[in-house]
Amino acid sequence: MSSFLLQRLMQALLLLLIVSMIGFAILHLAPGGPMSQFAAGGDMSQEDLDRIAEQLGLNRALPVQYAEWLWRMLSGDWGVSYRDQQPVLHIIAGHLGPTLELMLTSTLLAMFIGAWIGIFGAVNRYSLFDGIATIGTMIALSIPTFWFGLVVIYVFSVGLGWLPSGNRFTIGDGSFLNRLHHLIGPCVVLALVSTAVWSRYMRSSMLDVINQDFVRTARAKGVPERRILMTHVLRNALLPMITITGLHVPSLLSGALVTETVFTWPGMGRLFLDSISYRDYPVVMGILMFTAVMVLLGSLLADLLYGVADPRISGSR
Amino acid sequence: MSLEPTFDAAPVREDGFWNGRAMRRFRRHKLAVFGAIVIVLMTLACAVGPLLLPYSDTFIDIRQRFAPPFGGPHILGTDPLGRDILARLLMAGRISLAVGFCAMVISMGIGIMVGLAAGFYEGVIGAALMRFVDAMLCFPSIFLLLAISALIQPSVPSIVLLIAMTSWMEVARVVEAQIRSLRTREFAQAAVAMGSSNLRIMLRELLPNAIAPIVVAATLNVAHAILAESYISFLGYGIQPPTPSWGNMLENAQSYLTSAPWLAIIPGAAITLAVTSFNFIGDGLRDALDPRMDMP
Repeated sequence: MSSFLLQRLMQALLLLLIVSMIGFAILHLAPGGPMSQFAAGGDMSQEDLDRIAEQLGLNRALPVQYAEWLWRMLSGDWGVSYRDQQPVLHIIAGHLGPTLELMLTSTLLAMFIGAWIGIFGAVNRYSLFDGIATIGTMIALSIPTFWFGLVVIYVFSVGLGWLPSGNRFTIGDGSFLNRLHHLIGPCVVLALVSTAVWSRYMRSSMLDVINQDFVRTARAKGVPERRILMTHVLRNALLPMITITGLHVPSLLSGALVTETVFTWPGMGRLFLDSISYRDYPVVMGILMFTAVMVLLGSLLADLLYGVADPRISGSR
Repeated sequence: MSLEPTFDAAPVREDGFWNGRAMRRFRRHKLAVFGAIVIVLMTLACAVGPLLLPYSDTFIDIRQRFAPPFGGPHILGTDPLGRDILARLLMAGRISLAVGFCAMVISMGIGIMVGLAAGFYEGVIGAALMRFVDAMLCFPSIFLLLAISALIQPSVPSIVLLIAMTSWMEVARVVEAQIRSLRTREFAQAAVAMGSSNLRIMLRELLPNAIAPIVVAATLNVAHAILAESYISFLGYGIQPPTPSWGNMLENAQSYLTSAPWLAIIPGAAITLAVTSFNFIGDGLRDALDPRMDMP
């Protein structure tokens, strides 16, 4: 176990290093680069710009800048926002809660509904339900999240008046029920794609296991069908889902950004968009790196959990 | 042919494009056929439609603003500036479909090259390339797209390049896996033994044998590119008005959700229809070209 863990950790660290290089290169080599925020105003002379570049250390060789930047990132100094001089990590931390709340609740929702659809479809393969579910998941994967959000707001907020059309809570309220009420819309919208992914993989994972020898043996022994499904099949079919959930973090984050925009949810995605429109380079860079780290952690965690859940993996690799 | 036993029923022809085995399997996949028909119709409508309409997509008629659909000369209604939505939808379709297709071609080019090189040159080069692919995949696509698009001057070609640059990684993975397994096969080793150059082995021996998953990936890639364009245009960093695209038609639709919901409903439905169709085609092609694969 420990050698597997160590190897996986090393891989993640190497990946993190490459990720940091890519992130740094993208924002520095793009036309404009980190100076674009100052140049965009148009009211500064070239000398002013040069002086700012020198003060911010932007006129030195890129590898030097990269090394310094990496060192500062590692020691927890992610720079300060151009907008309000707040430390970037502090700003990100302030917006992380709402995003995590959204991501976790929608993942839970997607797991329950998606797994149920997948299991039911696999058990009744080629039934009417299976057919509708297959088409439905394909459509769900194709609907732009922001558009689904607009439709949900139109139907349930504008039309029926059941749900609030945005924000995390009513100003002046903020009770648990009020927050829950505000969470329903964005949570369902974000869960759509995840549900489709879950049900697709759950279905094929179930079908993989159903056709295996130990299931046939259990049937031959006369184990009741229900017990075969619940203990023999489901347990084994759920294993690969750990990996799927870990690998789904990037698209979940992307979906969260769009959902937050549509539902004016005060999370990291909205912060990212606001920072981009302000060309707040340290915050943009910080969030980009932060999401990449979240993705890395997601896949690392999934691998480790898989190793714990399935002892066959950890020993051999 | 003549040596085969004869049956009473007419023999199934296995030759030609239409009757080939893959084509027959594709035609059995009803959803894929549906998708293909939708895409053909959509492309035709976007290509020819604007020429037949009495309105141009940029003609502003402020007296006719917010006309609802299906009630008057404007079939799908008008937008806040009084522009005909059907005309805009069709012109936007030209842009969005073209962006999707061009981005796919470029990203397939990059993905195939990287995947070929990584799969063929195992060892340091292959490992380095694949770690680069892994690292690129760590960035959630929308975040990466927005971060770069905010730094460049948005135009149709730059958006195409941008989408291509952020969507070639999955292709590279698919191609790499294929090439790595193909290169140990006898025909590849025979080519090595005959002294073929590396480039020739890659392009003439290995790549043609990996074409099935590449075709599937290309189809799904178009769907992905259309979605990506709509996301960044919706958020205001993609195709810039007055050039219409399905995404930027939705950009301000949320403010008019109460008074003019059709502004949001119609372009979104077009995106969903196009993307679903491409996904169905990709699914059908996957079944048609490789019946063993059933994972998404």
